[in-house]
Amino acid sequence: MSEAPTLLEMRSITKEFPGVKALADVNLVVRAGEIHAICGENGAGKSTLMKVLSGVYPYGTYDGQIIYQGAETRFADIRASENAGIVIIHQELALIPGMSIAENIFLGNEPRKRGAIDWKAANRMALDLMARVGLQEDPDTLIKDIGVGKQQLVEIAKAFAKDVKLLILDEPTAALNEADSRHLLDLLRGFRSRGVTSIMISHKLNEIEAIADQITILRDGRTVETLDVKADGVDEDRIVRGMVGRELGSRFPDHTPKIGEVFFEVRDWNVRHPISAERQVCKNESFVVRRGEIVGFAGLMGAGRTELAMSVFGRSYGVFESGTIIKDGKEIVLKSVADAIAHGLAYVSEDRKAIGLNLLDDIKSSTVAAKLSKISHHGVLSEVEEYQAAESYRKELRTKAPTVDEGVAKLSGGNQQKVVLAKWMFTDPDLLILDEPTRGIDVGAKYEIYGIIQRLADQGKGVIVISSELPELIGLCDRIYTVFEGAITGEIARADATPENLMKQMTSTKKMANR
Amino acid sequence: MSRLKDLQKNLFGGTTSNARQFGMIFTLVAIVVLFQILTDGLTLRSDNLIALFQQNSYILILAIGMLMVIVAGHIDLSVGSVAAFAGILVAKSMTDWSLPWPVAILFGLLVGAAIGAWQGFWVAYIGVPAFIVTLAGMLLFRGGNQYIGNANTIPVPEGFRTIGSGFLPEFGPNTGYNNATLLLGLAAAVAVVWREFQARKTRREMDADPAPMWISVLRMAVMVGVIVFASLRFASGRVGTSFPISGIILLVLVIAYSFYTRNTAGGRHIYAVGGNSRAAELSGVKLKRVNFFVMMNMSVLAALAGMIFVARSAASGPQDGNGWELDAIAAVFIGGAAVSGGIGTISGSIVGGLVMAVLNNGLQLMGVGTDRVQIIKGLVLLLAVAIDVYNKSQGRFSVIGSLMRPFRRDDSAPPASPPDAEREPAKAAVSG
Repeated sequence: MSEAPTLLEMRSITKEFPGVKALADVNLVVRAGEIHAICGENGAGKSTLMKVLSGVYPYGTYDGQIIYQGAETRFADIRASENAGIVIIHQELALIPGMSIAENIFLGNEPRKRGAIDWKAANRMALDLMARVGLQEDPDTLIKDIGVGKQQLVEIAKAFAKDVKLLILDEPTAALNEADSRHLLDLLRGFRSRGVTSIMISHKLNEIEAIADQITILRDGRTVETLDVKADGVDEDRIVRGMVGRELGSRFPDHTPKIGEVFFEVRDWNVRHPISAERQVCKNESFVVRRGEIVGFAGLMGAGRTELAMSVFGRSYGVFESGTIIKDGKEIVLKSVADAIAHGLAYVSEDRKAIGLNLLDDIKSSTVAAKLSKISHHGVLSEVEEYQAAESYRKELRTKAPTVDEGVAKLSGGNQQKVVLAKWMFTDPDLLILDEPTRGIDVGAKYEIYGIIQRLADQGKGVIVISSELPELIGLCDRIYTVFEGAITGEIARADATPENLMKQMTSTKKMANR
Repeated sequence: MSRLKDLQKNLFGGTTSNARQFGMIFTLVAIVVLFQILTDGLTLRSDNLIALFQQNSYILILAIGMLMVIVAGHIDLSVGSVAAFAGILVAKSMTDWSLPWPVAILFGLLVGAAIGAWQGFWVAYIGVPAFIVTLAGMLLFRGGNQYIGNANTIPVPEGFRTIGSGFLPEFGPNTGYNNATLLLGLAAAVAVVWREFQARKTRREMDADPAPMWISVLRMAVMVGVIVFASLRFASGRVGTSFPISGIILLVLVIAYSFYTRNTAGGRHIYAVGGNSRAAELSGVKLKRVNFFVMMNMSVLAALAGMIFVARSAASGPQDGNGWELDAIAAVFIGGAAVSGGIGTISGSIVGGLVMAVLNNGLQLMGVGTDRVQIIKGLVLLLAVAIDVYNKSQGRFSVIGSLMRPFRRDDSAPPASPPDAEREPAKAAVSG
C-alpha cells in the first residue's frame, strides 16, 4: 500500500481570519486509492482545511501549496476544484427537497440535447450512478420522500456524476442510523477497491479505526501527526490521545467553587423531535444542579444537548412527552419561555446571531429585552433606567463598545456574547444554561467569559455549560454529564474528568460507573 | 465624525434608522418648496393645505397600522376592502337600523376588530402568511361590501359627516382667525418646547451630554416656526373652515401610537418579532399574541379610515378604498421601514405618506393627468427604496450623507467593519 503514488499533498497551509489563525503550517499527504481520515476536536481546523482544498477559500487567501496529481493547483472556486475531480460532500446536505433524485444528481450539470434538458438520458445515467452507490429508488422520487441515509447516497451519486477522483466526506455518518452508516462504510470500501480516493472527516472514532488507512490528526489548527492504521496499530485510545493531548495550562481563571444544596432537578425527561415524531431526542434524562455549581454537558454534535436544554427552557424545542422539573423542592411546570424566565431560568443559545440577538437592535435595548417589566412603570418604559442598566453591565462585563447606543451587529463575537450574557443576567436568573458560550470567540475574550461564569456561580446561581470543547468543560466545570444519542451516559466529577474518559462516554451508550 | 453628521445626530437623535428619516424630512421640505414655486404659491395656500389633510388623513391613519404590521414582518393587502366593508355596514346601520351616529362609529370599530380577529387568527395561530390571508381578505370584504350594499351607494346623516368633513368650531373674539386652531397651535408649540427640555433632562440623567444648547434652540425654533406658520394658514382659510376634525383624529393617533411603539413593552415586542422572531421567542415574547395584535389593530384602523372617508364623501359606495393598501404600504416604505421587518417608525411613515400626498396634490394643481401622476409616484417609490438599499449595501446609511459627500471636510469613509470577516472564523470553529 505504501508504494501507492501520492495523489494529493498540501504543504504548510496557513489560513488566517482577522484575529484568528485557523490553520498554521498544516501538512497533509493523501495516497491514491486510500481512505484518509482527518480527526480533531471541534475547531481544530478540519473543515477549514477542506475548504482550502476545495476552493471555497480560493488561491491567494491562504499560504502554502497544494500539489494534486503531481502538479501545483490554484483553485479559484469550487467549480475549478470539481473540474479537477475533487468533490466535497458537506455535513449539511446540499440537496433540494422538492426536486427528484435525478434532478438533484444533475443539478447544474444537466445533460442537454439541443438546448433542452434530455430527461431520458438523465434518468438513464441517474439509474447507472444510483446502482454504483447501491441506491434502489425510482429516479423520479422526490428527495424529501427518502430518508437521510439515502439522501447521503444521492449526494455521492452526484459526486460521481462529476467524475470524482478525490471524494471528501465531512461527517458523513453524523446524521445516519447504525444500518445506514454501515452501508455507507461498505460503500467507501467498495470505492477504495475500485481506486477512488476518499478523505473522511469524522468524530466517530470506531468508524475511523474500522475503515481508514491513514489518519491525520489536527489540533488547534496544526498537524499533530499522521498515523498509518495498520503499521502503527492504531486504536481509539491512540486517536483520542492525539486529539486532546494539549496542556490545559492557565486558560481558566483560578476559582474555588462554593457549592451548596441541590436546587434544580430534572427527572425522566422525554422529548420527541418536532417534525419526525418517531425520533426521540431526549431519552429519560435526569440531572441535578446545585447552588454555586458549574455543571458541564459533554457530547458530540447531534447528541441532543441543545435539545435537552431548550426543551427544559419553556419547551422551546420539540414535543414534550414526559418528565418533571423540580426547583427549590417544588415541582414547576414551564410551558412557555415566559414561564421559564419567571421561574428564574435563562438560556444563552449556541447561535448568537441566528437566535440569540436581534441584530437590528442596539446594546441597550438588547440588554433589557428579556425583562422589559423591570424598567417599566405603569406600562411605560423608562429610557433612563434602560440606559443605566445597559451601561452598568457594559462596565461590569467590560464590553468593548463606544456607547450602549452602538448596534450589536457591529460588535465582535466576544462582545456580542457579553451583551447576550448581560441580557440574561438582567433577568436575575437562578439557573443559567449556557450553550456553547465561547463558540467563535477568541482566546482573550474566552478567559473573560469564564471569569463571568465563575462569578455568577459564586453568587449562588447554578450554571449549566454545554460545550463541545472538552478542555473547556474540564477546566471550568465542577461536574460533567456526558450525553450520547439523547441519553445521559455518565456523570464525572471534576477530579476524575480526563479528555479520554469523557470522549469514551460521549461515544458509547454503555453507562459507566465512574463515580 | 463630520459636522453634518453631528448636526443630523443632534437634530434627529442618534440611532441609525433616524438617518433615513432625516433624508425623508429633507425630501418633504424640498418637494413642498418645489411645488410652491411650480404652482405659484398654490401649494401652501390655506384651502389647499386643508384639502390636502382632509384628502389624505385616512391614508395616513392606515399608514400607522401598516407600519406596525410591516415592522412585525407581515403585510396587509386587505385594508382598502376592510375600510369599504366597515364603511357600508356603518352607513347601513344609520340609515336602515337608525343607529345614532356616535353608536354607529363604535359599531364600525367593532366590525374592524372582528375582521382583525379573523385575519389575526389565521396569521398568528394557524401560520398562514399574512400576504395570503389578507389577499383573501381583500376579495372577501370587497365582495362583502358589494353584497351588503347591492353595489349601491348609501348616504350618511349630517352628524356623522363631521369626522370626515368637519372643522374646529368658531368661538371667542373676532381675531380674523379661527381661534380654536390658534389654540391648538399654541398647545403644540408648548408641547414641542416641553418635550425638548424633557429630552435634555433624560440625556443628563443618562450621564450623557445633551446636545449643545444652540442645537436645541435651533430645533425648537424650526419646529415652532413650522407650527406657527401651519396654524396661521389653517386658521385663516375660507370662513367656516379651519383645522379639519379628521386631522385632529390623525394627530391623536400619531401621538398615541408613537408613544406605544417607542415607550411600551408591547411596542418593543413588535420590533423584536420583526427583527428576529426566534430570538424574540427565546426572550419570552409571546409571538402569536404580537402577530394577532398587529393584524387586528390594522383592521380597526382600516375601519376608522373607512368611516372617515365615508363621512367626507357623504355616502358609502362599492368602490371606496380601492388601492388604499398600496398607498399605505408605499408611505411606510418611503418612510424608511425595512421590507424584512424590524425597522421603521410611525413618524417616518407619516412623513413618507406626506411626501406622496404633496406629490399627488402638487402634480394635480399643475394639471398633470392621473396617468402621469401614477407613473411619477411609482418611480418615486422605487427610487426612494432603491437609494436606501444601495446605501446599505455600500455600508453607508444616510441618503443626505451621500448627497453631501463632496462638501464634507473629512472624506474618510467610515471603516466598513465587514461583519463577514468575523463570521467566517466562527463558522470554521463550528464545523471544524
